[in-house]
Amino acid sequence: MKLEELRDQLHYQPISLGIVALVASTALSVAYSATKDHIAAAELHDMQMSLAQVMPKGFADNDLLQDTVTLTGAKGQPVKVHVAKKAGAATGAVFQVAERGYAGDIVVLMAVDADGKVLGARVLKHTETPGLGDKIEIAKAPWIESFSGKSLGDPAPERWGVKKDNGVFDQFAGATITPRAVVKAVKGGLEFFAAHRAEILDGGKS
Amino acid sequence: MSDTNYGTIVKDGLWDNNVVFAQMLALCPTMAVTTSGTNGLGMGLATTAVLVVSNILVSAIRATVSPQVRIPVFVVLIATLVTLVDLGLNAWMHDLYKVLGLFIALIVVNCAILGRAEAFASGAGVLPSAVDGIAMGLGFTFALTFVGLIREFLGTGTLFAQASQLLGPAFAFLEMKPLPDYGGALLMILPPGGFAVLGFLLAGKRLLEMRQQKSTVAATEPQPA
Repeated sequence: MKLEELRDQLHYQPISLGIVALVASTALSVAYSATKDHIAAAELHDMQMSLAQVMPKGFADNDLLQDTVTLTGAKGQPVKVHVAKKAGAATGAVFQVAERGYAGDIVVLMAVDADGKVLGARVLKHTETPGLGDKIEIAKAPWIESFSGKSLGDPAPERWGVKKDNGVFDQFAGATITPRAVVKAVKGGLEFFAAHRAEILDGGKS
Repeated sequence: MSDTNYGTIVKDGLWDNNVVFAQMLALCPTMAVTTSGTNGLGMGLATTAVLVVSNILVSAIRATVSPQVRIPVFVVLIATLVTLVDLGLNAWMHDLYKVLGLFIALIVVNCAILGRAEAFASGAGVLPSAVDGIAMGLGFTFALTFVGLIREFLGTGTLFAQASQLLGPAFAFLEMKPLPDYGGALLMILPPGGFAVLGFLLAGKRLLEMRQQKSTVAATEPQPA
């Protein structure tokens, strides 16, 4: 039978569609298993790079990706805390905090030392307005560095805000909501650390 | 199709039948990513790659696919292709993926690709389809980059900001800030700016074409004695 005639037969159409779907899903599953390990490795590498960015070199000598405790955050969400240790003693912690920005959640990775002082912070993910709110990225502006060295007592709690709210942190021209959210996220992270300090530093020992 | 005119295919893709400026397709990614020239370029190049492969595949299987089920077949093909590109880039070119990742997912919903599969590749040979994919893709890239550059220039006063993140450090020379003290007009970065720029560009293209038409008409008219 000619292909032309075959094409118009009712049974040919679902079968051909089925074959295409089968070939496509086979290709996808092969590609998935071929790339799975590479992607996991690349994401692990990303995580290590981010951890290295928020924490000064030599601050920890353990594998931060291995030593973790999972606690419950202020909103009831699980928070995975990476505990930094040096010579077996806990020296600080790295964890993620999220706060709603202008357009969706802003995810911040922050490192805190044992005294509750910010070692460093980086925005991991956000969907803020390009050209305005994206100055929270280290690639666009050094603004996020202004958190380093800050703690709950320095500046005073009522000064933990952007300058428009009588705080100490700069806002951006045309974007106040975004930096306000990041300040709130970091402050929330410090409060979270203060509330769970013993658990985090203990959890690192076990 | 023995007398395929590649010149016409290329001209169609780049100008006469440009995806954005003439067909008015793919306006969703056009508005979403053209906040800077670099973003437009990245989205355009990623789309071109997918478009070429999808055109080739669709053209290769066009004889075996019944017209009745062709649309679902094309949709499955394109979605698979985009997912493969997404996985591959994520695994082996992770740094590029971090810049382009957002765009790749958007390509699935790009109606221009299904449009070319349906309008061209399903009725043409493999080679013309590949050429059409390249021409249409480059036309799309040109449109996105152009809209992006205008919006970026008016919105932030820069050109090709962060191009080196997308193309590598060798392209850092593309990054320019022609107006150092210009604060930028926020509106142009926001969605209304995209509509405004596109509207003016479309009007400009129309004007050019009307002028062209007029001059050809004038040239063919008999000269008064």
